[in-house]
Amino acid sequence: MKLYREGSRLVKGISGPLIFVGNARNAALGEIVEIQTERDSRMGQVLQVDGDICAIQVLEGTLGLNPGSCTIWFERDVLKVRLGQALMGQTLNGRGLPRDGRPMACYEKEVPITGSPLNPSMRESPNEFVETGISSIDLLNTLVRGQKLPIFSGSGLPADEIAAQIVRQAHVPGNPEKFLVVFAAIGITEREARFFRDSFEETGALFNGVFIVNLASDSAVERLLAPRTALSIAEFFAFEKGYDVLVVMTDMLHYSEALREVSSAREEAPGRRGFPGYLYSDLAGLYERAGCIRGVKGSITQIPIVSMPGDDMTHPVVDLSGYITEGQVVLERGLQARGVYPPINVLSSLSRLMNKGIGEGRTFPGHRQVADQLFASYARSREVARLRLIVGDEGLTEKEKHYLEFGSVFEKEFLNQGDRARNIEESLFEALNALSVLPDEELYRIPSDLLEEIRRSRADVK
Amino acid sequence: MSSCGKITSVAGTVIKAETVKPVANYEVARVGRERLLGEVIRIDGNVADIQVYEEIDGIHVGEPVEFTGELLGIDLGPGLLGSVLDGIGRPLSGITDNSKGSIFLERGFLARSLDPLKKWVFTPAKKAKDPVYPGDIIGFVREGTGFLHQVMAPPGVKAGPVSTILPEGAEVMVDETVCILENGPEIGLCQRWNVRTPRPFREKLPFNEPLITGQRVLDTMYPVALGGAAVVPGGFGTGKTVTQQSLAKWCNAEMVVYIGCGERGNEMTEVLEEFPHIIDPHTGRTLMERMVLIANTSNMPVAAREASIYLGMTIAEYFRDMGLNVALMADSTSRWAEALREISGRLGEMPGEEGYPAYLGSRLAQYYERAGRVRTIGVPDRKGSITIFNAVSPGGGDFSEPVTQASLRLSGAFWALDKRLAESRHFPSINWKRSYSLYEKALQPFFRENLGDEWKEGASFLKALLDRESELLSLVQIVGRDALSEQDKWDLEMGEIIRIGFLQQNAFDPLDSFNTPKKQMLFTRTLRELHSTVSEGIGKGVLHHNVQPLDLLRGVLILRKSGEENFPGDASAWLTKVRRSLADMEEPCR
Repeated sequence: MKLYREGSRLVKGISGPLIFVGNARNAALGEIVEIQTERDSRMGQVLQVDGDICAIQVLEGTLGLNPGSCTIWFERDVLKVRLGQALMGQTLNGRGLPRDGRPMACYEKEVPITGSPLNPSMRESPNEFVETGISSIDLLNTLVRGQKLPIFSGSGLPADEIAAQIVRQAHVPGNPEKFLVVFAAIGITEREARFFRDSFEETGALFNGVFIVNLASDSAVERLLAPRTALSIAEFFAFEKGYDVLVVMTDMLHYSEALREVSSAREEAPGRRGFPGYLYSDLAGLYERAGCIRGVKGSITQIPIVSMPGDDMTHPVVDLSGYITEGQVVLERGLQARGVYPPINVLSSLSRLMNKGIGEGRTFPGHRQVADQLFASYARSREVARLRLIVGDEGLTEKEKHYLEFGSVFEKEFLNQGDRARNIEESLFEALNALSVLPDEELYRIPSDLLEEIRRSRADVK
Repeated sequence: MSSCGKITSVAGTVIKAETVKPVANYEVARVGRERLLGEVIRIDGNVADIQVYEEIDGIHVGEPVEFTGELLGIDLGPGLLGSVLDGIGRPLSGITDNSKGSIFLERGFLARSLDPLKKWVFTPAKKAKDPVYPGDIIGFVREGTGFLHQVMAPPGVKAGPVSTILPEGAEVMVDETVCILENGPEIGLCQRWNVRTPRPFREKLPFNEPLITGQRVLDTMYPVALGGAAVVPGGFGTGKTVTQQSLAKWCNAEMVVYIGCGERGNEMTEVLEEFPHIIDPHTGRTLMERMVLIANTSNMPVAAREASIYLGMTIAEYFRDMGLNVALMADSTSRWAEALREISGRLGEMPGEEGYPAYLGSRLAQYYERAGRVRTIGVPDRKGSITIFNAVSPGGGDFSEPVTQASLRLSGAFWALDKRLAESRHFPSINWKRSYSLYEKALQPFFRENLGDEWKEGASFLKALLDRESELLSLVQIVGRDALSEQDKWDLEMGEIIRIGFLQQNAFDPLDSFNTPKKQMLFTRTLRELHSTVSEGIGKGVLHHNVQPLDLLRGVLILRKSGEENFPGDASAWLTKVRRSLADMEEPCR
């Protein structure tokens, strides 16, 4: 209980989630305020100060607020989250309080949720292979410990299932007991939240995970806090307790829309599609809170899910996410329609850190070459498929027909693995099997020992 | 002269402060009790707008502001080489030393870009009574394993004869004086320069020498001149960073300044981990010893991103003044422009195209025009250059947006990265149809002198064949491949061989990542011979589907791994083999 605090009763206006307060002496940017009304008490955060007037975003929303009858108390502190081992297995709301609303009594430390940027010269390049059990990721767009790899998904595509599958199957090298999932639900529906909860319950991730839940029905302003809370908790476990933390955040589109909502209430100049001009910096402030640190055991690996409205990869949120993260996993409607699960479009997907996590001693020698061959051949097979629509089967050469067949084997057998986990050897086996459809001279990237294996498997089939 | 003020308003990265005494535009300010660094960017009566280079969460209205009376500057001197600075010139390794091993960046921290305590061994180049003019070399110190760091009289110093100068072998720290002139001025080991002011030079020189990048598609087809500017735009995942890093590794510049402007933290780490272990093929020293890295990653404060490219340019100019060829890479201009937009938005300025401020074009122009090949001031007479390689990240990969367009107007080479090529893992994914270089003509005499006429012929051959291939590909879309003539089918295959064998280059293969111009020329010569040989065979009745099993593409891929010395031998052996097989096929035709 504080003995002294300053307050103001001069509410000058209310607009959307914001209130404008006068008589605010020495308010600070990001400061927490309590908004006391006759009926309840709400929490707000100072967004902007101009002289003695400040703009405050209200976490619970402004519904029912009456300018005449509320008092704004300035807490002289920024928003902080309480951290401690006791967080494990807890479900928190967007600002880091347990769902019953009472702050955790036992904690080790309190930190501001905005965090500080990591010093780039203290970082260590992520370089350890994470086996996700999904062939199209492990073999072609390898996930590396400490990477941030988002899933770009259209509506109706199974991004949630794939994220849950990765959480279920992922093996992080090193100490499996020091593996922890931090899950941030940002403005998702009750149905989706339930799906994740059930899925994590099955695998046991629920017991030592931390869940930050902001449902679609919760306040939009709190949506802005949810990923920051999640990442502050992740940083604590990773860099102070030595855990390998996997952070799943869904859905970053909802986050950005909340940002846009607040920005438009502040009457800021809108950028592309009405999103504020600082969207890039803002998103970077979240995504960059991942990685490995020199001399520190733990790590943060991020899998954010970003919805593409209308499957549009050039949508600003998707586009900017792609510029910040280290690659992307893109889901494709066409594959889904052909009954392929997981419907990952390997050509538009990318893992920028792949080369660091693969090869001899990590996965298998020749991994890069096999992946390059698959990419090149599959790209070619798609081109041929397009060509076929115009010239028909008769217009295709023998070689092109091989490519067509390769494309179909690749999709039906290599990509379409269902929700079974495949280890890296099984993935490689499927890959070579698909490649064996093509004649030798087309496999110009494959090293000779693997080519030998392909020939053998071809002979087996015959 | 410093003066004080008080914060009256806080919003994002910009604050307003009331001033007591008049302040100068772009004067450096220390904001709040934590003394965060900032710069005055607008003055309105006694209120100054200040952009702050650090996070300003928790800053109160009413906190004090100190105006330092100085402009944003940097100490230039020995110790810069191999260092990692943030956007306003503070060493990033230093930050952690002072903040007790924290892995995060702390606020309000002040550190020198140069180590003030390190001792350097000085060798004079002037003696008593020698006249000294601005820009004159008065001595040097040895940095790293052999880099000669020239100590220059700073521009603007009053000329005069040397009164005393330190003797050879004297140990000196950066803040100490090495030379005193008779008319008073003292010349130190380091000099301070305001980052927003271009350093002076005697005259600009024409573009007549190429900067060799070692990348086949660039050097042979779209070369850039020393002192020129190349723009590398591309959507995400098209390989901008890999291209930039390849250039930083293999180009034949003597100094590389790499600005990570609003990009990923891990990319900086990659450079820091990799470059100290790669040997520069041109000098034999590690790459880190020709490198200054400026890291202002995307999550670091936005205003510092705006300052970072001026900082990089100033450091580049300093090395240029020593008579070196400097390559300046900024990744990426778009993030810089976005910082400009964000600050402009906070100031409430009228937005121009896509919300960017109206002065975007002129600011970019000021930056680009600081590049060039020059004769420096001072004696001995030196020539130095700054070549710019700027990545641009257009939103949605759309090149018509303002930053790409403004950059195109100001640069001479355009290397367009292509998403479709990147998707089929064609790297470097430079689109050979959209890219261009305006330096080709100016560089022709140089290539003719050094490599003969063949260079130009080779480039035209490649362009013509690639053009023919894309023509044929659209024809195939209509009539199918079987309807083509045998020669056309072969041209199609040859196009593929050029695309995969020549244009693609593996940045991760030590044998392929760098090609000298000589080897590039030999390579093109081989491709031309291959094309004419097979065309001849086809003229004599060989069918194209008989050529296919010769596996020519694999042959080219093996050949490109040959070193420069073995290349002619290996190439002619392989061509002879191809000729013989063709001759065998011609037999039954007769």
